[in-house]
Amino acid sequence: MSKLILAVIEQRDGKIKKSSLETVSKAAELGQKLGYETIAAVPAASVEESEKIAQYGIGRIVKLSNSAFSNYSPSGYAKAIVEFAKENGVEVLLFSNTAMGKDLAPRVAPLLGAGIASDCISLEVQAGELVAIRPVFAGKALQKVKVNSAVKVFTLRPNVFPLVENSTSANVENVSIDSPDLSTSVTEIKRSAGKLDVAEADIIVSGGRGLKESGNFHLVEELASALGAAVGASRAVVDAGWRPHGEQVGQTGKTVTPSLYVACGISGAIQHLAGMASSKYIVAINKDKDAPIFTIADYGIVGDVFEILPVLKDEIKKVTSN
Amino acid sequence: MKIAVCVSNVPDTATKIKISAGGKEIDKTGVSFIVNPYDEFAIEEAVKTKEKFGGETVVISVGDDSNKEIMRKALAMGIDSGLLLKSDGALDSDGVATLLANEIKDGGYDIVFMGKQSVDFDTSMVGQLTASKAGINCITVCVSLTIDNNSVTAEREIEGGREVVNSSLPIVITAQKGLNDPRYPNLKGIMDAKRKKLEEKAVTAPSPLVEVLEMSLPAPKAPGRILGTDSSAVPELVRLLREEAKVI
Repeated sequence: MSKLILAVIEQRDGKIKKSSLETVSKAAELGQKLGYETIAAVPAASVEESEKIAQYGIGRIVKLSNSAFSNYSPSGYAKAIVEFAKENGVEVLLFSNTAMGKDLAPRVAPLLGAGIASDCISLEVQAGELVAIRPVFAGKALQKVKVNSAVKVFTLRPNVFPLVENSTSANVENVSIDSPDLSTSVTEIKRSAGKLDVAEADIIVSGGRGLKESGNFHLVEELASALGAAVGASRAVVDAGWRPHGEQVGQTGKTVTPSLYVACGISGAIQHLAGMASSKYIVAINKDKDAPIFTIADYGIVGDVFEILPVLKDEIKKVTSN
Repeated sequence: MKIAVCVSNVPDTATKIKISAGGKEIDKTGVSFIVNPYDEFAIEEAVKTKEKFGGETVVISVGDDSNKEIMRKALAMGIDSGLLLKSDGALDSDGVATLLANEIKDGGYDIVFMGKQSVDFDTSMVGQLTASKAGINCITVCVSLTIDNNSVTAEREIEGGREVVNSSLPIVITAQKGLNDPRYPNLKGIMDAKRKKLEEKAVTAPSPLVEVLEMSLPAPKAPGRILGTDSSAVPELVRLLREEAKVI
């Protein structure tokens, strides 16, 4: 029997998350390199988009099913995954480092005697072994690690691993979970209406102290809306109560890796830079030419956010509507 | 109710990280350590929980004598006593969780608070690992918490919203910013903290499951371009974003 890699899939509202497909792509690649068989496990009440998993390289899809699994149950999902992994002798488990994956993977690992490396930004085979790189100190440093237990768990940072199409045919097996452990379960999801989350956004427009007061944040929101971007904030303005903590980017907020990060009136304290420095492109708009944000920005304008942001918004609207 | 709060000390978030000579850890020379910022919400929630339900609160930390300073801060904020698990070797998250889980099982705790992550190694998993090893419940990244007899309801932050989670005691709760407003220790608290019991217990570090092969600093970014000093630079910025970066 060949060894197994299990990719754990997350569904929200019947849709498979993009980060899960990134995880599928990576699992398929590692399976090929190591000569392991790959399986995708979906703890769910129903699986709607199994063909997407097959599209990114895993054909064997196992639905760990129970009607109570339409919402996340930390205890229920963990027990179902642990039992499946034990029965099938799974050696490597991959999760996305999302709110769910972060919560779930460290419950699963100890029950399999597995070590776990979380929030990996690289996972490669080196001399026959899996070697991961994970940012520490919010990205101020990087740790290269390997897991020395027989069973190994990794969680992969979203938005970092590429989607790789590698189509195969989907074969869904149903494993019915008859006595789920529902001791800890989600009963309700409260959505922040119409808001993109900085942790998932491809473009982020962030504002800081340079906006002078909370009432001026509409300039950031309007630019974000023109770009289809999420709104982010520096710690200073969150601590001042201008913006909710969910928008905070930095060492005590969220670490983000969007394609484009636009910093407006943010000087770039070290703890802010730590959380966004690995964005693919960074734009800084700040009136202080010595602000540290300019040391990591790809493009900068040393000027007044109040004058520049409205013009930038109009220009973006003009070019994106063409 | 028997309440624990677990705290770790981390380099001040303004610290510029340097790598030590061995290449596997950070250079701690001149680094000042603080209570992990998320642990402050955990401490506050522990104190509030005791104020509401009565019982006793214990601050637990794994490490060496240098942890005592942050433990005293927890005592000054109102925690009753401290327990330092003095470890004799290097620990990964799994090792810390094993030691905490043993203590929590033996101590018969009803509720255990921790920060949702330590802002040093950022694994975001000691709470879940501890609960899993101790065989008790766990809710992570909590921004609100209600305890009613044996039942626990919390809201946890997820992408674009919150999940309402139901569970029961005994439980590990990991705290997110927003759960409460941590109090500042007052002078009386600071004086009282000096007299509170801070017990030590020698523990054996389990061998790490995750091996650090190397630590490094990220490659510095090449300096970018300053495009101008007012909105006349905007068209050029937008052109670069479209044609060079191809991000819009």
